[in-house]
Amino acid sequence: MTLSAAELEVGQTFDQVLVEDLKRTQLVQYAGASGDYNPLHSDEVYTTEIAGYPSVFAHGMLTMGMTGRVITDMVGDGRLLEYGGRFTAQVWPGDTLTATATVTAVEERDGAPVACFEIATTNQDGAVVFAATAVARIDA
Amino acid sequence: MTAERFPIEASHVLMFARAIGDPNNVYYDADYASGTEVGAIPAPPTFVQASAQFDPDYFLRPKIGEPWFGSGKEATGTPPSKSSSGSSGGGGGGLHAEQHYTYHRTPKVGDVLTAEVKPGESWEKQGRRAGKLVFRETITEYRDQDGELVVTARSVGVRTERPATEEG
Repeated sequence: MTLSAAELEVGQTFDQVLVEDLKRTQLVQYAGASGDYNPLHSDEVYTTEIAGYPSVFAHGMLTMGMTGRVITDMVGDGRLLEYGGRFTAQVWPGDTLTATATVTAVEERDGAPVACFEIATTNQDGAVVFAATAVARIDA
Repeated sequence: MTAERFPIEASHVLMFARAIGDPNNVYYDADYASGTEVGAIPAPPTFVQASAQFDPDYFLRPKIGEPWFGSGKEATGTPPSKSSSGSSGGGGGGLHAEQHYTYHRTPKVGDVLTAEVKPGESWEKQGRRAGKLVFRETITEYRDQDGELVVTARSVGVRTERPATEEG
């Protein structure tokens, strides 16, 4: 599916629950797929006893990867021009994450219509864990 | 991540899409994907991060015959190294602070990319809980089989004095 400029209004929001009660196994799954085997994300012994954290925690890139869906589900596949953001708090096993995308602009870029989004991924306490922006091509 | 050959393969995209919990059929069904605008299975937006698999020197992957700093009999296999680079995703005391992608086109299954790393800026900041924070930026250019730029990635890593549970 794709979106047209007429369907989008500045201020419109889209929500997506990304994960409920994040499991340590999903961190292992992401380590295997991404190739980032940092023990901080899968090795509870190392992470608590050596690194000094309360438990393993999610790869920032897992959160960013999960968050991407709120845009691709909305604008369609292969439409992203830019996607980037800041990791603002850690994501722990047991967290439930929700991404909210807000349309910040609908404009033309190089003569073609694009939509700009602000995205906030929050945990069950309402804390923002990833703050991002994205720009995607849309139909005229 | 530096990679001389980063092939985008369907089984790798499937595993990656499962790991990020994305049920979009376009990542799992080549026939369905061939009928979409992209014309093939697209790489999910953050998939190029998995070029780590194809970086022979990637320091966050255990290597055959080499020591690994994760736990075994002891809580760590090697003393944590303060000098290991955390510029692209953390590790050894480093954390991932920011990640930005610019897509010049959508990478898809069948592409064979290269990844070339270019150093970026470096700066310092005083953190509230984690002490002195040292930020380092890395630019990675992903080019396709024709040498065309596909994705530009900008990563910011942060090294902290103390474990960070709020920042990073």
